[in-house]
Amino acid sequence: MEKEGLGFEITELRLGLPGGGEIKNEKKRVFSEISEEEENGKGNGKSQVVGWPPVCSYRRKNSFGDKDGSKTSKFYVKVSMDGAPFLRKIDLALHKGYSDLATALEKLFGEVLKDADSCEFVPIYEDKDGDWMLAGDVPWEMFIESCKRLRIMKRSDVKGFGVLQPREAVKGTLKE
Amino acid sequence: MFWGSRKTIDMNYFPDEVLEHVFDFITSHKDRNSVSLVCKSWYKIEKYSRQRVFLGNCYSISPERLIARFPGLKSLTLKGKPHFADFNLVPDDWGGFLYPWIKAMAKSRIGLEELRLKRMVVSDESLELLSESFPNFKSLVLVSCEGFTTDGLAAIAANCRFLRELDLQENEVEDHRGHWLSCFPESCTSLVSLNFACLKGEINLASLERLVARSPNLKSLRLNRAVPFDTLQRLLIRAPQLVDLGTGSYVHDPSSEAYNKLKAAIQNCNSIRSLSGFLEVAPCCMSAIYPICENLTFLNLSYAAGLQSNELTKLIHHCRKLQRLWILDCIGDKGLGVVASTCKELQELRVFPSDPFDAGNAAVTEEGLVLISAGCPKLNSLLYFCQQMTNAALITVAKNCTNFIRFRLCILDPIKPDPVTNQPLDEGFGAIVRSCKGLKRLSLSGLLTDQVFYYIGMYAKKLEMLSIAFAGNSDKGMLYVLNGCKKLRKLEIRDCPFGDTALLEDMGKYETMRSLWMSTCEVTLGACKVLAKKMPSLNVEIINGSEQTEFNLDDRQKVDKMYLYRTLVGHRKDAPEFVWLL
Repeated sequence: MEKEGLGFEITELRLGLPGGGEIKNEKKRVFSEISEEEENGKGNGKSQVVGWPPVCSYRRKNSFGDKDGSKTSKFYVKVSMDGAPFLRKIDLALHKGYSDLATALEKLFGEVLKDADSCEFVPIYEDKDGDWMLAGDVPWEMFIESCKRLRIMKRSDVKGFGVLQPREAVKGTLKE
Repeated sequence: MFWGSRKTIDMNYFPDEVLEHVFDFITSHKDRNSVSLVCKSWYKIEKYSRQRVFLGNCYSISPERLIARFPGLKSLTLKGKPHFADFNLVPDDWGGFLYPWIKAMAKSRIGLEELRLKRMVVSDESLELLSESFPNFKSLVLVSCEGFTTDGLAAIAANCRFLRELDLQENEVEDHRGHWLSCFPESCTSLVSLNFACLKGEINLASLERLVARSPNLKSLRLNRAVPFDTLQRLLIRAPQLVDLGTGSYVHDPSSEAYNKLKAAIQNCNSIRSLSGFLEVAPCCMSAIYPICENLTFLNLSYAAGLQSNELTKLIHHCRKLQRLWILDCIGDKGLGVVASTCKELQELRVFPSDPFDAGNAAVTEEGLVLISAGCPKLNSLLYFCQQMTNAALITVAKNCTNFIRFRLCILDPIKPDPVTNQPLDEGFGAIVRSCKGLKRLSLSGLLTDQVFYYIGMYAKKLEMLSIAFAGNSDKGMLYVLNGCKKLRKLEIRDCPFGDTALLEDMGKYETMRSLWMSTCEVTLGACKVLAKKMPSLNVEIINGSEQTEFNLDDRQKVDKMYLYRTLVGHRKDAPEFVWLL
């Protein structure tokens, strides 16, 4: 306990005036002790007490992604954007879904990718079979497993592109 | 009329069938329980005519005794694990097994038609036995259950010829990627409700389409993530009569043909009143659902992590008739302001955290809640995860909304005081309980002293369920609640300085309650033993942490977790090693 010399006996069941600093420290000590234990175990720098916040485990597993560091696999893919001089690399595993990915790509390239009406770009990706596919058709988990590289293509180029053309034709039109 | 003789004005003058018919109109469990207490004759008639039974704790009675008591049972609701099991505070294998119930009912040839389970362990074996034992089985609802795989679902699909409802909510299901959906025979055309949103694996899409096509009575359909956008569109064309829709994956290119087809299909679905899903979502596709928004009464976007605040508010603008809204906190305080000004019929609001472990980033504060309370006077049910709360805000909310039945507030930092005054939140919650005379359920958080419990004991006269964490200063707190809340049924406490004195002061109180949970408090093993000994009508369970394989026999030792509940059948036989029944 940091605050000594207040004339109170230091017992576990502290009685103090409501709102007094002693109580805050008491509870905080208990809470932060617990969270330190958790931190030492998990080492992720964020205080986590077992069962807090009271979000049911199904919801935890299915909306936030497991933040306990169990996601060790990485899904780095190259991303090219028409008009940008350099390619970038992005870890698909870090993102929860297509929308999240769009936000990240926006940050990388500085273009608005989400608003469909005014968007002049179309995201396509090369899958395991070497075909170029429009991003967004398949569930996210399937996508990150099969995506080999991403390209953010100008919408005006799409008509002449033939997204599902056989490999040879596609290789000829891609800017490497 | 013969007024003199008592016999002639006796209700039993009426034949049993008439009384039975009268009792048919009495549907509430409480009322039926009262009816059975009137006299022997009424007890008997009620007993044989009772069809629906609700057991809030599956260990309060044994399957055999239940069947003997109500042989005409058709609909059974069972709850297993204590509520705090939702938050990983109860080890797996604690209990709550379905199988003994199915076995007993099958053996006694109960004409089971409906089974609703919450927090139970459901094995494939029990599902298979269920599907084979009850020819009239119609409805299976599983909430927060575990222990089964898609094989068990296949048995249900294949064998329950008159199945109307298969509703799986937030269960942990092992997906064997079998074709369980294909197991519904072609002759099955009776489905009214199908919800498999919690399944993780692939679904045979063609089977799904055929199933929906041959189910003219289908009113509720909730898909899982594996059902893509264009399948959704085809399903909607086949089922324009849907009232409740849960989308699967909602990602597509908005300039595509499939998207236009979906827009058209949705416009045809003018019976939809309830919408959920969006487990994966492309925000640019949300405008397709605007046409059905104006009739929605329930909207659940709490799993739609891909929607940002501006997209959410754009959507909410169209939802003027909304009564229940479940949403993520990324909507923000401003977004809640939009809800407040648009959704005047709102009764229930749940705001979930999008990032539960980063308290500093929670996007809603007391401001959002105040706005809601000002705009939505019909609000009666709240679950609100937020970054902070003030007494002033709670007092305002209490003034604006006096109809709360359920009030659950979760400040992500559990011992955070009022950030403006640095005071505990006693006064704020005190205002809530004083103002909301019909309050039945309350969850507290933030910095709280014994004073808040004083208020609860004084004012929360209708309170049935109370959840407390990291609160209070002394046994007085718990005693205020036990003494004052006459209607209390469930009390769950974690990490509070409540000890033996509070636990043992009024042991008879626990017989009037369903259960008490206390973990990481100051209660000792010795006190639990005393309680168990004095109260044979209670089961007192000590749940030991996984690190402890040997129970420390020192009575002065504080117990990690104690769960006690009233029961008619004494110790349960299925407790695992780490659960010690005193």
